[in-house]
Amino acid sequence: MKPRVLIAVAAAGLALLPALALAAAQTHGGPPPVEGMPQLAFGHPEQGRYLVANVVWLLIIFGVLYLTMAQVALPRVESVLAERRARIEGDLEQAQASKQRADAALAEHQAATAKARAEAQAAIAGATQQAQAEAAQKAEALNARLNAQIGEAERRIAASRDQAMSALRSVASDAAEAMVSRLTGGADRAVVEQAVTAELAARGRA
Amino acid sequence: MAAEGKTIDALSQFELTPVLGIVGHSVGFTQSNALMLLAVGLITGLMMYGMAQRSLVPGRFQALAESAYEFVQGLVTEQIGDEGKRFFPFVFSLFMFILFGNLLGMFPYAFTFTSHIAVTFGLAAVVFVLITVVALAIHGTKFFGYFFPEGAPIWLAPIIVPVEIVSYLSRPVSLSIRLFANMVAGHVMLKVFATFIVLLGGLGAVGPFVATLPLALNIALVGFELLVAFLQAYVFAILTCIYLHDAVHLH
Repeated sequence: MKPRVLIAVAAAGLALLPALALAAAQTHGGPPPVEGMPQLAFGHPEQGRYLVANVVWLLIIFGVLYLTMAQVALPRVESVLAERRARIEGDLEQAQASKQRADAALAEHQAATAKARAEAQAAIAGATQQAQAEAAQKAEALNARLNAQIGEAERRIAASRDQAMSALRSVASDAAEAMVSRLTGGADRAVVEQAVTAELAARGRA
Repeated sequence: MAAEGKTIDALSQFELTPVLGIVGHSVGFTQSNALMLLAVGLITGLMMYGMAQRSLVPGRFQALAESAYEFVQGLVTEQIGDEGKRFFPFVFSLFMFILFGNLLGMFPYAFTFTSHIAVTFGLAAVVFVLITVVALAIHGTKFFGYFFPEGAPIWLAPIIVPVEIVSYLSRPVSLSIRLFANMVAGHVMLKVFATFIVLLGGLGAVGPFVATLPLALNIALVGFELLVAFLQAYVFAILTCIYLHDAVHLH
């Protein structure tokens, strides 16, 4: 700032000369011209008065400004700023509460899902078990029936075979008697039967 | 008046002329005071009209009013601390008054009331009285210990105490002269170079071409003066805050 102040002083010095010249030229009535810096012209009959009045008015006007700012304007700004702060904080709190509610709902939902899944799995397991039991029961019943049928059939087969085997002896005796009578011309039925029985027994088919 | 009689007259711009005719003349109400009233009106208008909407999302004027508020509030709380809240309206008024005074002075035909040492010294005297009264009210007679720092050897007192007193008393002087000299220097330079434009412009055929030089300089100076206008208001406000800090905390 120093160079600028120097320039100002130099300019003030330059301006002093025409002011002096003007003062010399001015002879008519009215206040004399200002010499030097008007800010320091306290000795000037008119400027000096204005300079003092300037300070008085300054104090009055600045006092008015201070009172207006302190009493009216600044509290208003403060209230607006406080309102905004409160609003922002309230909104933040609200958002936090909403988030907590959402989290709670999510947890609840997850719990419900897990529960439903467990229930479904239990139901599936139960149904599977029941189905398996039923199937096993059915299979058992079927097996029993089939076994019964098989036993029946085996019994019938055995009976048929026995019948067939008993028939075999008489048929074999008849055939042997017929052969013997053709060869010898007579046969003793009892002897033939005895021989057939012995032969069958020897072969293990009696 | 710039080139009256083909001479450079850079100082008559600072002369006070009464306004409002005979009334202004008799109560000494000059154009300087009219500009002060205008500044107060503009500041009040900005703060009242700007905040009239009280909107949650500020518009332009409200944003301006709020940033001015928060700027000065930051300054005060940063320099003085929490005790500074009491002085916030004062520092705010001071900052805005000087800022608007400096800025209004940049308009053509306007008057820069901060270019008067009486005005700047008046403001600095208000600050000086305030800091002294605050210091005395808070610390009582302990305030006078301010002029002799604790721990200094007692035999240095004859040197330290006068130095401290002089430095304390020179506060309003430096505060007022800084602002006054800056504003005067800026406006004198503007006026001098503006006069050069007129004088050089009249120098025959080449005159207008040569005259563009001081014109360009003046354009740059206007921008510079706008910076100075803000800076000096800021410096005045922050020094006031520092002095208030000293008054509240005594070092």
